[in-house]
Amino acid sequence: MNNNTAARKKWNSFKLFLYILPFIVLVLLFSYYPLYGWLYAFYDYRPPKPFSEAEFVGLKWFKSLVENPIKIAQIVQVMKNTFAMSGLTLGTSWLPMLFAVFLNEIRSVKFRKFIQTVTTLPNFISWVLVYSIAFSLFNSTGMMNSLLQGIGVIDTPILFLQTTEHVWFKQWLWLTWKNLGWAAIMYIAAISSIDEELYEAARVDGATRMQIIWHITIPSLLPTYFVLLMLNIANFLSNGMEQYYVFQNAFNKDWIQVLDLYVYNLAMGSGSYSVSVALSMLKSVVSLVLLLVANGFSKLVRGESFI
Amino acid sequence: MKKQTAVEEKKHKLTGGDLVLSISCYIIFTFCAILCVYPFYYIFINTISANDLSAKGAIIWYPVGIHFTNYIQALHIDGLARATQISVMRTVIGTGFTVCASAFLGFMFTQDKMWGRKIWYRLVVATMYFNAGIIPWYLTMKNLHLTNNFWGYILPVVVSPFNIILTKTFVESVPKELQEAAEIDGAGVLRIFFQIMIPVIKPIMATVAIFAAVNQWNAFQDTLLLVTDTKLYPLQFILYQYLNQASSLSSLANTSSSNSLAAAAAATQQTATSIRMTITIIVVIPIMLVYPFFQRYFVKGIMIGAVKG
Repeated sequence: MNNNTAARKKWNSFKLFLYILPFIVLVLLFSYYPLYGWLYAFYDYRPPKPFSEAEFVGLKWFKSLVENPIKIAQIVQVMKNTFAMSGLTLGTSWLPMLFAVFLNEIRSVKFRKFIQTVTTLPNFISWVLVYSIAFSLFNSTGMMNSLLQGIGVIDTPILFLQTTEHVWFKQWLWLTWKNLGWAAIMYIAAISSIDEELYEAARVDGATRMQIIWHITIPSLLPTYFVLLMLNIANFLSNGMEQYYVFQNAFNKDWIQVLDLYVYNLAMGSGSYSVSVALSMLKSVVSLVLLLVANGFSKLVRGESFI
Repeated sequence: MKKQTAVEEKKHKLTGGDLVLSISCYIIFTFCAILCVYPFYYIFINTISANDLSAKGAIIWYPVGIHFTNYIQALHIDGLARATQISVMRTVIGTGFTVCASAFLGFMFTQDKMWGRKIWYRLVVATMYFNAGIIPWYLTMKNLHLTNNFWGYILPVVVSPFNIILTKTFVESVPKELQEAAEIDGAGVLRIFFQIMIPVIKPIMATVAIFAAVNQWNAFQDTLLLVTDTKLYPLQFILYQYLNQASSLSSLANTSSSNSLAAAAAATQQTATSIRMTITIIVVIPIMLVYPFFQRYFVKGIMIGAVKG
């Protein structure tokens, strides 16, 4: 009897697992099974020849990344771009906090809500649309050129998008345009959870609004800032490719190719599947280390991990 | 007495540096709002203005020669109707799958009795922190015959760890007694999920739905990697192709706008510019319509996600 209920309990517990099994299979298929593709980095894989006929070459592709001077120059440039984009993002990661702090200083609730809605909208459109907007505003017959020509600053249109100049800065501007409002939301919520008594006390002591911001609001936001900063550091090598893919052209290519885009271009553009996989493998390893370091640092400083 | 002086002081301070702060805040944020709204407005007024003017870049502040033929003619743009259909289908079907899977898994992962629950949960959540890279992923999809296949848009995103964490957190906040009472009445897990849980977790399902729908509507990279069959192109991809064409044209016609001028004979005849801008508006409108009404769901989602992310 007892045995029977125990067996039944076991079966019930297993039945629960069977319900989620189909989804586990999906996860295994789409997230874990691709890891097997890392093997391509050790073979001479040239589609359309099947992988089974590919020759094992050991670390050849990894070595090729650091042996061929042309390749080295290319990779150095790609790393420069990656560090520049991530560096700019990290260096300005306090912007959303500032945005939230000063938005909070606006008394009119309606105006505040309006600003919040309008500035978070760009986060929800795709990079293709952002590029479409950029193109509409800044191509040779776009708004910017019409305006500048209209007031007589320039005679011939400036090709803002097809140039080698200030590529990083421009990409950072688009990134900020898209993300700033949305990134601020986290801080806006954090501000609303700050104890009102702190503010009261400060006011009674005669603090100015700037002093209140500096001594109460910002210190209360620092923990949130810290967590997001650590996540940023963990993602240092992962800029994503979509933004840079849609904005890339023959002119800015050297300056816009971040690591993620380079990995794509290597494989899909020039057919070097194996080299591309080798590179993205290295990237994954470094990213994992960064994640663990950032997490460890977070444990050390705040006594809390974020993974 | 003390309080009174405090109030007086506060009033006094408000007239000083605080006023400067207030005014500069209003100015800066108005500027931010203009930066975010004007681009959409600019493209919209261009789509309803005379096409010969918009091709020259003459429309900057307000529409001139208003007409709506661009939107009527858009129906005849090659592949656009088909692409709209694909975009809508992947948004509807993809969102449906993701919402159901997230709700179900979010609920199931709270069931302590499940065999190996913790392991499976970690297995799913871990996928947020690593990925094999796009090339191995592409080759996997090829092996699974999901390239040039509509299901290639749907199946990889059915199980989404972020959304599962959202629902799980929400389910955990539901009183345990609710489920216990149903269990005493002899209801099985599936019945508890469908009859008791779903009505309770509707708000979080709405949040997940919104996130999933926006992602599906905006998706571009999966088409780029997986699809060469033009019949499966979604709107985003068609728009990208037009942009790409326009971009290479404009770098060829380096010096002047004469090319596009010649192309635009009449005010209502389609030009490269008018087509490009009209598609842009068509792609952006669903987001514009949905976003303001569901903003609170987005915000709720990111807040819960932040707690446990």
